[in-house]
Amino acid sequence: MATERATGRPRPLSPHLQIYRPQITSVLSILHRATGIALSVGTLMLVWWLVAAASGPAAFASAQGFITSWFGLLLLFGWTFALFFHLCNGIRHLFWDAGQGLEIKQVYASGWAVVAASGGLTVLAWIIGLAGRGS
Amino acid sequence: MAQFTLPANSKVGVGKTFPAPSGAKDVRAFKIYRWNGDDGQNPRIDTYEIDLADCGPMVLDALIKIKNEIDPTLTFRRSCREGICGSCSMNIDGTNTLACLKGIEEVRGDVKIYPLPHLPVVKDLVPDLSQPYAQYTSIEPWLQTESPPPPDKEQLQSVEERNKIDGLWECILCFCCSTSCPSYWWNGDRYLGPAILLQAYRWIADSRDEHTGERLDALEDPFRLYRCHTIMNCTRTCPKGLNPAKAIAEIKKLMIERR
Repeated sequence: MATERATGRPRPLSPHLQIYRPQITSVLSILHRATGIALSVGTLMLVWWLVAAASGPAAFASAQGFITSWFGLLLLFGWTFALFFHLCNGIRHLFWDAGQGLEIKQVYASGWAVVAASGGLTVLAWIIGLAGRGS
Repeated sequence: MAQFTLPANSKVGVGKTFPAPSGAKDVRAFKIYRWNGDDGQNPRIDTYEIDLADCGPMVLDALIKIKNEIDPTLTFRRSCREGICGSCSMNIDGTNTLACLKGIEEVRGDVKIYPLPHLPVVKDLVPDLSQPYAQYTSIEPWLQTESPPPPDKEQLQSVEERNKIDGLWECILCFCCSTSCPSYWWNGDRYLGPAILLQAYRWIADSRDEHTGERLDALEDPFRLYRCHTIMNCTRTCPKGLNPAKAIAEIKKLMIERR
C-alpha cells in the first residue's frame, strides 16, 4: 500500500478540522452532541438540588442560593437552551430517520428553524419563569 | 479515539511566494498545500499570484497554468476537465469539490487549495485513496444473481425499477463526500463512509440484484453503517449534486423493515 514508505518517514495527514469550512450541517451536528452532554451534566445539578431539598432547610438554602446566584442562573439559562435545542433537533433527527427532509434545501431550512425555535422557546421559558418568580 | 489535531509531521508551514508578472491586471492569490517525500520537510503553503485576465475560468485552469508556466513541480490529479472522471477532487475554499467544476469567481479572496481532508498525502494535492478503494472492493460492487438469465433476451427492468437507481449510478467515486465527513475522519478504518454506502445502496436498490439480504448482512455493523450520524456534510459537498445521506437513510430503513 502506498501508505507505507521505503524511507520510513510516514506520510503527512492532510488537514481536516483545521481547514474545513464550518457550515450549518456540521455545526448543528456537533452542537447536538454538545447539548446532549450539557443535559447530562445539568441533570446532575438537578439531582443535587432535589437531594438538598430532601436533606433539610439548611442544605436546600445553600443549593437554592447557588442556583439563584448570577452564575447559577447563567448555568440554568444555558441548560434551558441545551434542552430546547436538543429537543427540537432531536425531532429533526426523527424525520431524517424516517427518510424525510434529507434534501439539502430542507436540511438548511429545518436547521435554521431549529435554531430559531430553540432560541425562542428559551427566551419564552425565561420570561414565563421570571414573571412567575416576581408574583 | 479521534485525534483532532494534526500529527507533528503534518503541521503546515509557510512556503514560497511566486509574485504576479508585472503589468498583471486582475491578480488573485492561490494558496496551495505542498508536500513531497524527498526533502524531509513538513508540508507548506505556497502562494502563486495569477493574472485572471490571462487564465481560464475554473480552478483547474489556474492549477494547469501554474504547472505549465510557473512551477512544474506542482502535483495534482486531473483528466477529463468536465466533471465526469472524478480525478481532480480536492478541498477548495474550505469545501471538497472538483477543481474542474469550481469557478474561480465563486471564491472570494485568496483561493485556498488543500488535498482531500484526513488522508495520507502522496504528493502535494494527491492523497492516498487506498483505504476507500479497498472499502469499495469490500461491498462487491457488481450485479449478483442466483436465477439464470433469460436465454433469449436481456434481463429487463421496468421504468419504475430503473428510476430507483437514478441519483446513485451517477456517482464518479471522487470521494469528496467521504472526506468531508467528520465521522469518516475519526473512524475511517471501520466506517465505510458516504461514497461507499451510496454505492452499496446502488446495488441494493437494483431490481436485478438478488443478493440484497447478503448485502444488508454485510452492512449490519455498529461501525460500517451506523457511524453515520446524519451530519449531512456529504450531501452538502457532492459536486455531482447527489445525496449520499439519503442513500444511507434508505439502507437504515431497510435494516428496520427486514426485522
